[in-house]
Amino acid sequence: MKKVFEKIISGIITCSGFLTSVVILLIVVFLFSEGLGLFSQKTIEEGYTLVVNKSNPVEELNAKQIKEVFDEDVTNWEEVGGKPEPIMVFRFEDMQKYFSEEELGPNYENATACINSLVEKNPGIVAFVPEEFAGGDGFCGKRLKDHTISAGEVFGGNEWFPTATPAAQFGFMPLILGTVWVTVFAILFALPFGLSVAIYMSEVSSARMRAILKPVIELLNGIPSVVYGFFGLIVVVPLLQDVFGLPVGESGLAGAIVLAIMALPTIITVSQDAMQNCPRSQREASLALGASKWQTIYKVVMPYSISGITSAVVLGIGRAFGETMAVLMVTGNAAVIPLSITDPLRTIPATIAAELGEAPAGGPHYQSLFLLGVVLFFITLIINSSVEYISSKNK
Amino acid sequence: MDNKNISVNNHARKMLAQNVAFTTFRILSGVIVTILFIILAFIIIKGASVLNWDFITTPPTDGMKGGGIWPAIVGTFYLMVGSALFAFPLGIMSGIYMNEYASHGKIVKFIRMMTNNLAGIPSIVFGLFGMSLFVNFFGFGDSILAGSLTLGLLALPLVIRTTEEALKAIPNSFREGSLALGATKLQTIWHVILPMGMPNIITGLILALGRVSGETAPILFTCAAYFLPQLPESVFDQCMALPYHLYVLATSGTDMDKQIPIAYGTALVLVIIILFVNLLANALRNYFQNKLKTN
Repeated sequence: MKKVFEKIISGIITCSGFLTSVVILLIVVFLFSEGLGLFSQKTIEEGYTLVVNKSNPVEELNAKQIKEVFDEDVTNWEEVGGKPEPIMVFRFEDMQKYFSEEELGPNYENATACINSLVEKNPGIVAFVPEEFAGGDGFCGKRLKDHTISAGEVFGGNEWFPTATPAAQFGFMPLILGTVWVTVFAILFALPFGLSVAIYMSEVSSARMRAILKPVIELLNGIPSVVYGFFGLIVVVPLLQDVFGLPVGESGLAGAIVLAIMALPTIITVSQDAMQNCPRSQREASLALGASKWQTIYKVVMPYSISGITSAVVLGIGRAFGETMAVLMVTGNAAVIPLSITDPLRTIPATIAAELGEAPAGGPHYQSLFLLGVVLFFITLIINSSVEYISSKNK
Repeated sequence: MDNKNISVNNHARKMLAQNVAFTTFRILSGVIVTILFIILAFIIIKGASVLNWDFITTPPTDGMKGGGIWPAIVGTFYLMVGSALFAFPLGIMSGIYMNEYASHGKIVKFIRMMTNNLAGIPSIVFGLFGMSLFVNFFGFGDSILAGSLTLGLLALPLVIRTTEEALKAIPNSFREGSLALGATKLQTIWHVILPMGMPNIITGLILALGRVSGETAPILFTCAAYFLPQLPESVFDQCMALPYHLYVLATSGTDMDKQIPIAYGTALVLVIIILFVNLLANALRNYFQNKLKTN
């Protein structure tokens, strides 16, 4: 009886040992199953279609072209591979501008006929209408071919307008670049400070000073990211606006500064641990040869612990890359490719946090946010694995 | 004579370089401590002027432009308890498996890698996952249950690591002694290993709770309610939470002048929780260390 009981408990403990692996597996499955759905969605909003005149040789437009046409950035069919003919944009909402209520009928019964006549009359038209009004007998327009969203459009696209009609733009480029941009600057700011504090704590300071600094760093690590974000929003953002004379203080720079403060504890603790692991004999040998303490630090201790310091930096990058709330609050969230660090920008985590609440479940916008989650997951997975690799190489 | 001069010069240069370097380190370390001090002082001074008994014990009123933060405090407390109930037992068992059961080698390495990877996953990804698994797939809806489970997953690697480290520090002689007396493996773990490791494990658990209390991203889509003056009645209700409340107050709303002071108060309460958690963890660590020494 007792033996059976032991077996059962041991079994439970063994199962729980693999819990984290199962969780990671589940994360992959769920994120992928939602995210990959994006690639089976059509470019044009569901239930709608684009109609052109029969004489128009254009067979299909990609998402970007559709957006340019409807934003009236492109005004001639020549620019998208057609005949030289000015484009006339027609949206279904414009119906009442072209037709009176009697013509349309009380319940839009005659809408199909109205669209039909409109498309027939205007050779340069492109009409964005519900599918039900663009078909049937005697329909004389031509429906543009629609295609599914491609991976190239998503990962190479440089426009993020997930709610644009008729064709939403799911270009990840501005978000990926925004994240990289903020992270790079955050690490550039954090590295000199982090390494200095680490060297100071491990090599220079007295034991008493270390006893004061350690809890301070731990506290810095424990403060929630919203509090940092709030501090950034109330203090850093207005400060930057004044100092650099920016139109808006919410910028990549504000994000980088806040992230730098947040990445510091990671960089400090990990690299300090690495330096403290440098054996006493190595230091003593260097000092005995007449090297000063500083020479010993940068010629012996630092090279010895370089893999630990590298892990520290990589972990700091990971922390900065995935940070959500603080960045969301201070970077201004403009989804454009950032040209300067003082521009507002938007990161991947901030995009997910800001938009998931509004995206209808199961729609392309929702799926694109899960796909962003997949991207984020894999980037952090790579970062973590490289840390494992670096530190395993040391041993 | 010349040789001596050179060596004196060399020495002087060496010491100069050292002094410059060390002074730089001191200054930069000072800057970091100052920054932390500024952040804390800022939150404490600004928050202290709003923080009073009424602020803590009354619900928000007037579309968040007035009143206190009581529901947010209660919500955060529920989430902490919920995630602890889920993550602590499982995490401790997982840690026990890694240190006591798993045959050393590839399995442990693999699990440790997975645990580290889980620890490195950004909190917003936990939020996405929690939403698709707990909220949609299991159909819990936006609820304390879904939020607690999501936060529990986030705390899991912390608990596992702490447990593993704590158990690793216990010398093998204790295990062997217990087994030699005829105790089974489970008895050894339950009566010898766990009680010895408990102090360190508890310290880690407290820090994990602190982490959970401040997380926003995982509960954005699984639990947090924007404005909910009444307290939750069951685990399937939504609840307010301090970090989310702070985020909402600071970024959206109609009357910033009235909201920002409340935000300061909320931030202060969060910082106090973290301060308390850190102090408690440190005090426990010191207490047990001293006890160990006197033994």
